[in-house]
Amino acid sequence: MSADFLISLVLLFPLVGTVLLFAFGRRLGEPLAGVVGTLSVAGAFVAALIGSADFFTGTGTAETVRWFSWLPALGVDFELRWDALSSLMALVVTGVGGLIHLYSIGYMHGDARFPRFFAYLNLFVTSMLVLVLANGFAVMFIGWELVGLSSYLLISFWFERDSAAAAGKKAFVVNRVGDVGFIVALMLVFSSFGTLSFDGVLDTAPSVLSPGMATAIALLLLVGAVGKSAQLPLFVWLPDAMEGPTPVSALIHAATMVTAGVYLVARTAVIFEMAPAAAATVGIVGAATALFAATIALAQSDIKRVLAYSTISQLGFMFLAVGAAAHVAGMFHLMTHAFFKALLFLGAGAVIHGMSGEQDMARMGGLRKAMPVTFAVMAVGWLAIAGIPPLSGFWSKDEILASVFGLGGLWTVLWAMGMLAALLTALYMTRMMWRTFFGAPRWAEGVHPHDPPMSMRIPLIVLTVLSVVGGLINTPWRLGLEHFLAPVFAAVRLTHPPEGSTLLVLAAVAVGVAVAGIAAGIARYRTEHAEETGVWHTLGRGYFVDDVYGQVFARTGKLGAAWLAFRFDARGIDRLVEGTGSLTRRAGLLLRPLQTGFVRSYSAGIVLGAVALLAWFLVRGGVL
Amino acid sequence: MIVTPGWYMALGAVLFVIGMAGILLRRNALVMFMSVELMLNAVNLTFVAAGRELRIIEGQISVLFVMVVAAAEVVVGLAIIVAVFRRRGTASVDALAELRG
Repeated sequence: MSADFLISLVLLFPLVGTVLLFAFGRRLGEPLAGVVGTLSVAGAFVAALIGSADFFTGTGTAETVRWFSWLPALGVDFELRWDALSSLMALVVTGVGGLIHLYSIGYMHGDARFPRFFAYLNLFVTSMLVLVLANGFAVMFIGWELVGLSSYLLISFWFERDSAAAAGKKAFVVNRVGDVGFIVALMLVFSSFGTLSFDGVLDTAPSVLSPGMATAIALLLLVGAVGKSAQLPLFVWLPDAMEGPTPVSALIHAATMVTAGVYLVARTAVIFEMAPAAAATVGIVGAATALFAATIALAQSDIKRVLAYSTISQLGFMFLAVGAAAHVAGMFHLMTHAFFKALLFLGAGAVIHGMSGEQDMARMGGLRKAMPVTFAVMAVGWLAIAGIPPLSGFWSKDEILASVFGLGGLWTVLWAMGMLAALLTALYMTRMMWRTFFGAPRWAEGVHPHDPPMSMRIPLIVLTVLSVVGGLINTPWRLGLEHFLAPVFAAVRLTHPPEGSTLLVLAAVAVGVAVAGIAAGIARYRTEHAEETGVWHTLGRGYFVDDVYGQVFARTGKLGAAWLAFRFDARGIDRLVEGTGSLTRRAGLLLRPLQTGFVRSYSAGIVLGAVALLAWFLVRGGVL
Repeated sequence: MIVTPGWYMALGAVLFVIGMAGILLRRNALVMFMSVELMLNAVNLTFVAAGRELRIIEGQISVLFVMVVAAAEVVVGLAIIVAVFRRRGTASVDALAELRG
């Protein structure tokens, strides 16, 4: 089997799975549709694993696989790019995505549209693979849009609920806002380089781009990344995306979609390096989002919304990293976050599943004894995200913060914001754990919590293991990921954490902050009735950002639409159309006497016409 | 007296006007039909005469075309007239004024 074919298989497996599930999903039924979906993603994972084996040993070279010529006029080919970065993304997407597929077989058991769910899920993974494997902005854009589409389909999967339908629309529309930036960036890239291929753009960027143009492109790419990765100010769609089934949330938050923005910045690192102002903006957006979302997560009552804001916050860390040119740290955190956030979401899904659909933490509590397995895996996720060594979250978060601190200047401020966000992370996760698993049960009547079935339990356990050991691939003593990704960032000056004692002090501070956050959380939420009023209300509503957006954008949009519909269309366009109709009618009334019904008068008309024509010709010819 | 092409042209014009008058003035569909034939043949006559005078073959070729089309037209037209006559008992075109606006 040639290498090209192997790389193609990474995308072909889920693609074929998607087509099969859309075409024959209903005939396959439950649980066969789920098995097909899971196997197709698992197949892609195996192919990606074999394909990236050379990168692990350090002997691999970047390859491109040309599928077909897509837009010959623009020189755009449908090409896959296989290097360390895209293979890492493909491994995360298919690995975590596969586990989520497996989990969904149990979670979606009994749903009326079970096969359709897996078709969408597979489409999501396919789209994300197109995005990360693309060897050019044009093909990446297909994936970029397909991801938006499939997230829309999945978030509003239970479209019978108005809130789910609205959440899907919101996600789609907010994503579009970011997409505009991405499209304009594409145009600028094409006008500067004459090509959209990564080969041409990334290799020649330093000689082709002026600093101003680089800044413009980088900032526009950032707009796209902000929309897709739910950063300030376009984060509002992600919390609402909780309306989808829980595995969807896990897929969106952990393996796919929201990581696209981080990947985009890392992929175009060369351009961001030429535009320090844009890179600093990325860092500022990241740090601000990390802190902002963490405060909101403190006051959510819905278990999934806590995790949603937590995702936004963690993505902020990743943006901070790639903004600081610590791309390896950013990708590292992307990966570990995929592990522990998928774990937390699937764990939350298990809780919701066991509680018969209850998501409000006010009606949970004391689940530790009823769901021991779920509690155990969630506890690992909690400690991992809080940054307790040696779990995965500690290593990646510490590397980001240490790298940022090492840059000095403005970055010190961002480092402090990150530290504060880390403290809050530990705090809100502790709050979530305590309200869910500790204390006295506050369950609704008739709820009998239980641990999930085997198909859901296996992914949880695998993810737990990954969350524990995932961080060990890139420790200060063994920079595995650093070497793995080194060829990709060969042309970029990467930011590294400071050496020696500084690093140790920073790590100690980070651990101290995490422990402090957890201790504060336990101290506060150990008692049954922790007061949450006043400022908590503002936090719980997310600083009313949603309400403001609703008033400013949604309301004006609706007013504009109403004006268009009832004024411009009803009174303008319609009148024009009706006017055309009545003009025809009146002209007909005027002319109808001409139609006598007598052949004679018609032939007289013909004769008169012929005579008139003849006369005209004669006059023109000068005869008359 | 030598018969020059002008005479043929004149005869064609006369026949054409007779036919035209028939179309405009008569009411019987059959007669109108014959008038149409008269007009067609008047044109044919001018074609042949002009073709001979100019020593070109196109005049006669055009005539053949006209004849073929006229024959086809007669078949359809007569069938319509017969059908109308059977249905209405008259061949007067004035009785067929349903399309009056």
